[in-house]
Amino acid sequence: MARTPAELVGAQPEPPFEITLDGRPVPALPGQTVAAALWSAGILAWRTTRVGGRPRGAFCGIGQCYDCLATINAVPNRRACLVPARPGDAITTQEGHGRAELSV
Amino acid sequence: MVGAACAYYAAQAGLTVTVIDRGPVAGGTTGTGEGNLLVSDKEPGPELELALLSVQLWHELAASLPSAIEYEAKGGLVVASSDDGLRALRGFAARQGEVGVTAHEVPADGLGELEPHLSPGLPGGIHYPQDAQVQPALAAAHLLKAAASQGRNQPRSRSRPRLRLRLGEEVTGLLTGADGAVRGVRTATGEVRAPYVVNAAGTWGGDLAKLAGVELPVLPRRGFVLVTEPLPRVVRRKVYAADYVADVASGSAALQTSAVVEGTAAGPVLIGSSRERVGFDRSLSTEVLRRLALGATALFPVLAGVRVMRTYTGFRPYLPDHLPAIGPDPRLPGLLHACGHEGAGVGLAPATGLAIARCLTGGEPPVDIAPFAPARFGPEPLGPGPRAA
Amino acid sequence: MPSSASEPPASQPYDLAVIGAGPAGLAGAVTAAGLGLSVALLDASEHVGGQFYRHPAATLGAVRPEALHHDWAAFAGLRRGLEASGVSHLAGHHVWSVTGQDGDWAVHAVTGSDGGQERPVRVRARALLLATGASERQLPFPGWTLPGVVGAGGAQAMLKSGLVLPGRRVVVAGSGPLLLAVAGSLAAAGARVPAVVEASGYLRYARHPRVLATNPYKLVEAVVHGGALLRHRVRPLPRSAVVAAHGTDRVEAVTVARLDRDWRPVPGSRRRIACDALAVGHGLAPQIDLATALGCATRRTVDATAALVLGDGQETTVSGVWSAGETGGVGGSRLAIVEGELAALAIASRLDGQTELPQSRRAVRLRRGRDRMRAFADAMAAAHAPAPGWTQWLPDDTDVCRCEEVTAGRVREAVTDLGAGDARTVKLLTRAGMGWCQGRMCGAAVACLAARGGGPVPPPAERRPFAVPVTLGALAGLDADAAPGNPTDD
Repeated sequence: MARTPAELVGAQPEPPFEITLDGRPVPALPGQTVAAALWSAGILAWRTTRVGGRPRGAFCGIGQCYDCLATINAVPNRRACLVPARPGDAITTQEGHGRAELSV
Repeated sequence: MVGAACAYYAAQAGLTVTVIDRGPVAGGTTGTGEGNLLVSDKEPGPELELALLSVQLWHELAASLPSAIEYEAKGGLVVASSDDGLRALRGFAARQGEVGVTAHEVPADGLGELEPHLSPGLPGGIHYPQDAQVQPALAAAHLLKAAASQGRNQPRSRSRPRLRLRLGEEVTGLLTGADGAVRGVRTATGEVRAPYVVNAAGTWGGDLAKLAGVELPVLPRRGFVLVTEPLPRVVRRKVYAADYVADVASGSAALQTSAVVEGTAAGPVLIGSSRERVGFDRSLSTEVLRRLALGATALFPVLAGVRVMRTYTGFRPYLPDHLPAIGPDPRLPGLLHACGHEGAGVGLAPATGLAIARCLTGGEPPVDIAPFAPARFGPEPLGPGPRAA
Repeated sequence: MPSSASEPPASQPYDLAVIGAGPAGLAGAVTAAGLGLSVALLDASEHVGGQFYRHPAATLGAVRPEALHHDWAAFAGLRRGLEASGVSHLAGHHVWSVTGQDGDWAVHAVTGSDGGQERPVRVRARALLLATGASERQLPFPGWTLPGVVGAGGAQAMLKSGLVLPGRRVVVAGSGPLLLAVAGSLAAAGARVPAVVEASGYLRYARHPRVLATNPYKLVEAVVHGGALLRHRVRPLPRSAVVAAHGTDRVEAVTVARLDRDWRPVPGSRRRIACDALAVGHGLAPQIDLATALGCATRRTVDATAALVLGDGQETTVSGVWSAGETGGVGGSRLAIVEGELAALAIASRLDGQTELPQSRRAVRLRRGRDRMRAFADAMAAAHAPAPGWTQWLPDDTDVCRCEEVTAGRVREAVTDLGAGDARTVKLLTRAGMGWCQGRMCGAAVACLAARGGGPVPPPAERRPFAVPVTLGALAGLDADAAPGNPTDD
């Protein structure tokens, strides 16, 4: 019986690279989305909600629910389940609308 | 919204009221509006008088209704795009000032203090502190709820509630007595008897008038509103370009757009405004979207990277002279009209409702409603009137 | 960018724009190109296949991607067909609207992996094939917003494309045939699946023996799932539901209750199952935003979703707009492929000036296959239709709308105190469905609550004029001359 998804499909991925979540290094495989890389590292939440401040991460997995919104390289509201991870990507836990700097 | 306000003030005056709507609460133009309570866009005249009273009444209503109606006395800022435009705006504001509108000129270097994200380089504008906003659907629903609880403490009213809601029920005809006066309405499920019928059917007010055998030429004037992703407070007031005033007053069928931008308590920024006469066509016009987006980002460049999540379309009830129809219809005793407020229905609702309630109880309307006379477009009944019930 | 033989000359519209590169769209595009049409195929993803044939990027080096799929051969065939065809495949195109323009259609899209590049693109075409698939239906319960609670389809999608699991011990719950497939995949990929919690009873399939007997492929599929589950010692719990997920910052356990016929939790039947993830979903619902924005009529399906009304040749009620696959009612990839092919035949015939549907042997065979599979899909859907009692596991303090954090209590209050009787009015009065997802996650639940009885009520065929959010900058950059609705001065 296969022990991992990679073993199941006989994956021979290209070498991994590093991204960060709030400065903490997270390995990612080329071709994985940001959400997939974070799941691989056991991380399920990278956003807090606008009203209740509750943690959220990927839910629908196909870009429909917008629960996986992340601030990626300082751009808020990116759908982590769709955006491919790139070497050096800096993910920051997005708080609420992610645009506090615009507040007047 | 207008119907809810009529019901509210009528119930407050001690009348029993039945509100009939073929749809849900706020299902027509109210549910597609921005909830503007404006004096700034109106030139001196009967509509401005109505608006000034309404602004005051909204202020009072906000104190008694739940905060859920999102009333915000945030004020409006009209921005000129050229020195000529600013001069015209200044003259307009001066004339408004003579009839009780508070308006302060804001010099170019003062705009940033009022609205930090406003595009630099604009020549100046006028600040109107009386302008305000509500969330229209919530305001209508809470006004009806408050109307229903009017007089609930009086033992006499226990057997008969002062306000009944009959939603999802369409009026199919008017009932009249042998004397030709109104006796109530017929709906798909029965009859509702009442000595007075108030036509607050908004954009569809002309259709209801036709059922009563009278003409009221209410036409739809389509508008789109863009709704952005939730944001912190990026725009403090209702901010709009000076050409909005001209567009509001225009009767052209062609598409007109002018930038109107405002934040909401819930987070999204609302962007208008477009006006075009295309009947009840709901199909999306990408040209309207383009122009609204251009106008909004010209005023607030910071919005260029902000996403629009949805857009909604509404149909303003429009009468040829841009004034609403308010008051009794001399062509059919017992019929009153309260419709045709174009894009200002939410703002003008309380004064309209109060005026209607006064008409119903034989009182003096709070403002002169002669300019809003419903029969002004045609005094004669259309063909044979409704048959006696 | 498109660079194919079948690309129309500049300023000329394509014969056909296909939106969605899943099984239906692929079949439609390849078939239409084979019939000589110029075809643009737009899809949000960089890879063809849609949700059903989601697969890892090449850089992940999967030698056996078929290990996570049923019927991979059919997809491999379609993909080869696409490569050999002249179809312009516009990958990474998020279509946000379609509008009519001078008798043709204008397809408006933004580009980038999540639409973030925001380059506005407009593709014109004489005919339109909407193959936009389906998304998962969710019914809320306490704890469903905890990290680690994921859509069943979402878990499957993340596994198929990213080779990742949401946890090591994953409960699968909800309703519908997809759950068995998801449980099988998760287990095969190394997760422990302590239970598959299905609200309906599988025995209900037996009510439609004739339909089952005429769809041997589906039976094979069921046996494959069943066998895989047995092999991985997955325990099916029919007539049960996860009525709560527990944990503070992530799910640690779920409570499962037995359900009665109406999906009401049976008192005293609750028990706790430890897990570190929950994959949950209540079947699929057609994704028809682009179609409803165009005014295409919808119908209520047997399991209370809204699907497009389609004619015998797959045309919607709007002339010139066809649709294939899950948009007409969820029925699986085989059906989608048949419908895509059939739609292409009908479109080619129409563009050729024919008013009648093609009566070729191929068309007749396809129609027969479609009708047989549709009947089967309806039988499956009927077996999994949500019953009204589910709202009894929904306390007032549970969020129904995930985006705007609107609780069930506030929705109920809008219905009882403020006179809301439909989902749209609830939305206006509570903001449920006004957030980022525009009600895609909460729409089914809100419609049930608004109808007081608890459902099953189809969510209204809601108009979402923006199928995806678009920046104001991109809207402002739309091509003025080309944009329809340009007024002529009078």
